[in-house]
Amino acid sequence: MIGNYPLHLMILVLLWGYIYTSWSLMGRLGLVSFGHGAFMGIGAYTVVMLWNHFGWSPWAGALAALAFAAAVAILIGYPCFRFRIVGHYFALVTLALSEVARLVIVALRDQTGGSLGATPNSALHGGATAAPGALQFSDKQVWFWIVLAFWLAGLWVWRAVDRSMARLALQAISEEEEAAASIGIHVARAKLRITLISALMTCAGGVLYAQYQLYVNPDTVCGIGISLQMVFGAIAGGMFVMLGPTVGAAFTLLLAEGLRLAFGNRYPALDSTLYGAMLVLFIIYMPKGILGAALEALRARTARPIAPRKSSGMPSA
Amino acid sequence: MEVFDIFLLEAILNGLLLGGLLALLSLGLNLIFGVIDVVWICYAELIMCGMYAVYYLHVQYHWPLLAAMAAAVVIVAVLGVILHQFVIRPVLGAEPINQLLVTGGVLFFLQAAATLAFGIEFRNLGVTLPSIRLGEMSFSAARLVAFCVALAGMLGMYLFLSRSYLGTAIRAISQDRAIMPLMGVSPARIFVLASALGGALAGLGACLLVLQYDVHPAIGLSFGPITFLICVMGGLGSMAGGFIAAFVFAQFISVGGFLFHLEWGYVLAFAFFIAMMFWRPQGILGRR
Repeated sequence: MIGNYPLHLMILVLLWGYIYTSWSLMGRLGLVSFGHGAFMGIGAYTVVMLWNHFGWSPWAGALAALAFAAAVAILIGYPCFRFRIVGHYFALVTLALSEVARLVIVALRDQTGGSLGATPNSALHGGATAAPGALQFSDKQVWFWIVLAFWLAGLWVWRAVDRSMARLALQAISEEEEAAASIGIHVARAKLRITLISALMTCAGGVLYAQYQLYVNPDTVCGIGISLQMVFGAIAGGMFVMLGPTVGAAFTLLLAEGLRLAFGNRYPALDSTLYGAMLVLFIIYMPKGILGAALEALRARTARPIAPRKSSGMPSA
Repeated sequence: MEVFDIFLLEAILNGLLLGGLLALLSLGLNLIFGVIDVVWICYAELIMCGMYAVYYLHVQYHWPLLAAMAAAVVIVAVLGVILHQFVIRPVLGAEPINQLLVTGGVLFFLQAAATLAFGIEFRNLGVTLPSIRLGEMSFSAARLVAFCVALAGMLGMYLFLSRSYLGTAIRAISQDRAIMPLMGVSPARIFVLASALGGALAGLGACLLVLQYDVHPAIGLSFGPITFLICVMGGLGSMAGGFIAAFVFAQFISVGGFLFHLEWGYVLAFAFFIAMMFWRPQGILGRR
């Protein structure tokens, strides 16, 4: 039996791995969004607010959150793709979105608790350890299995997207949008579909995060900080390979926890300082991330003899 | 007969003052983008460094305020050059999005390094300028000073770019990066110059901000987003567009904040930004 602390770390790695994977579904295809904090915040806050103020079960709340996130994704995504807002313009528009979400939460402080955050009312009465209807479990093992299931589902989606025609279309779009359109790819629709998948998955991640931590705060589930955290976690691990985002999540968490164990709380921001410096170096010298670079090195060593490379999704001649 | 709301007028005038400051902040970012074609996401963190410089030189080392401010401008200008030489230059040939992300990494780094070095306390310069009363309205002198200095800084920048030889070279590079090397302009040197100028403008912004706000490691997050949204709305690289957008944004924040709540002013401004992007993706005066 493993202790609560390692279990907690594993849950966090899987949960953030899942969220970073969701982000990378878009990011690796040239749609770099700085707005995913908004989707995570929508997931976390919709569920907690509906539960606290209206007594909606988080199961129903999660459906409402997903519907809300989908509406926001379409509202922002459709005009962006229709009017060809790409590259850093897209990044900056989505950045505005994540700030809007954070500021709305802070501004509605009478309902949401503002920047102090909010705690879902406890449904664990009289020493009960599980309240499935309220999606509250005090046993970390239950959370481990839930989060593991979501993480695996995220990887399955990645694989399904990878093998679909849609990925080829999106890859073509990310390389040359006009050329892709000229061979009959519906650019806006293809982008909108992947954006919806990615946004809904991130929103579900927000629901899980809120229910696991039993605390939400606009700065830890929403806003620019968390959006950048997703972007950089995925980049550090490598957003072009399936397990890259998870490696990024494990790397950042272990770095923070390792330094905390080594130095205690004497240097509170040491981990983020090192992490920031490493990010800069990664983007300059290793843009494919830790896992991406490792796999590439491995392939270079093993692929000496000419071997036919498996291409995914394309029928081989 | 309805009496004209004097406090609304006050909010509008305060918005005008804020607009001047925001216009100065966006000017440096626009200059960098126009010349080097890179967005410094960490621009507001450079401003934070400048604010700390003023604070430490003035409060800890007892420099006269103006000397500390001059030093801060120089320090941030040097930081701008360092940023360009060690971070931007290696990715100049890389994909545009990597250039955006790399400065985001610098944002993380500077913010965390400031926490490590200075702690998370809010630090106040301890210089309070009086407030000026005009009828029933009152304005802080710090804002008025910021507005005037910002306008002077922008005028100086305009004269430099339009009258001087180097300024002409900078404008030429921003119009055609491929041709100018053939005319004998060295882009590498112009880039360094532009980075120093952009840094100096951030330093000037820091001097004005430190008079009004306490400095803390996360202060960049309260100015950074607005600053680059202003630049995008004005049209990245278009200084005149950024100027107009800054005043529009400031009115949203000030009047929206007056009518509702401070955050709602920002929410309105950001929502307006998103709507504007759909209407004019290239910005008010942008070229794409």
